[in-house]
Amino acid sequence: MPSCKDFLRELTDYLDSCLDPETKKELDKHVEECPTCWVILDTTKKTLKIYKGCAPKAVPAALEDKLMAAVQAKMAERKCGQ
Amino acid sequence: MTSTEPPTDEHLVELAKTGDNGAFPELVKRYSRRILRVARNITNNDEDSEDVLQETFMKAYTHLDGFQGNSRFYTWLVRIAMNESLMKLRKRKTGRVVSLDEELSTGEDTITREIAVWEGNPEDRYSQEELRELLDTTIASLPEGFRTVFVLRDVEELSTEETADMLGLSIPAVKSRLLRARLQLREKLTRVFKQKGDDAFAFL
Repeated sequence: MPSCKDFLRELTDYLDSCLDPETKKELDKHVEECPTCWVILDTTKKTLKIYKGCAPKAVPAALEDKLMAAVQAKMAERKCGQ
Repeated sequence: MTSTEPPTDEHLVELAKTGDNGAFPELVKRYSRRILRVARNITNNDEDSEDVLQETFMKAYTHLDGFQGNSRFYTWLVRIAMNESLMKLRKRKTGRVVSLDEELSTGEDTITREIAVWEGNPEDRYSQEELRELLDTTIASLPEGFRTVFVLRDVEELSTEETADMLGLSIPAVKSRLLRARLQLREKLTRVFKQKGDDAFAFL
């Protein structure tokens, strides 16, 4: 029977579904019976979910204009060099 | 063109290589937000991240012919942005050298102290803007060795292998740092999102 320490050690592979079926089954059972590990698993899942679900901020207009101008200049430079 | 599907990255890269004027700017528009986020998350500095954004696309354009399509175009861009960001970080850190081993050796970060359920879904309780601000500040508080791994794996969603390759780490090292990064972030976010004034196990 895995301990809480075993569960924590395997948490990343558990979340990424990289465990062999037997280890996964044992850890599933541990989580069902251990409220502390259940909370850690649940809140870690939520942590990852909000990071993955958070769209990146728009590039500020002035910065985007500067970037596009630099890209255009670079492209023109290359064309002239050909 | 009869298709209404947006062109794939690979198609745009091929067009850009043959001198098409619109293809590369389209790729820049497609990925500039995400590259700026990588740069911001790694450098923790607005000025540096703006420089990294520009340098990443300049280098990508210069070396476009060398991009053979062995990886996704976005992964290739992130690799350039990560290298540029780490260089910026090294420059700023010259006065204060902390070795990575020293930074990662305490082991205390796998100890979990905050064991509490969260009050509902943060997505329902906070605006995107508020959440983004909070998530960025929380990532910024991680040591560099954890931050880089977390950003590549869990924010930009690269594979463990791609992350290991990009940072010159072994796969077990990536997994170990990722675990510690995830637990530290969980701990920090729990302090903000936990049910207030309740016993941690009130849900039982």
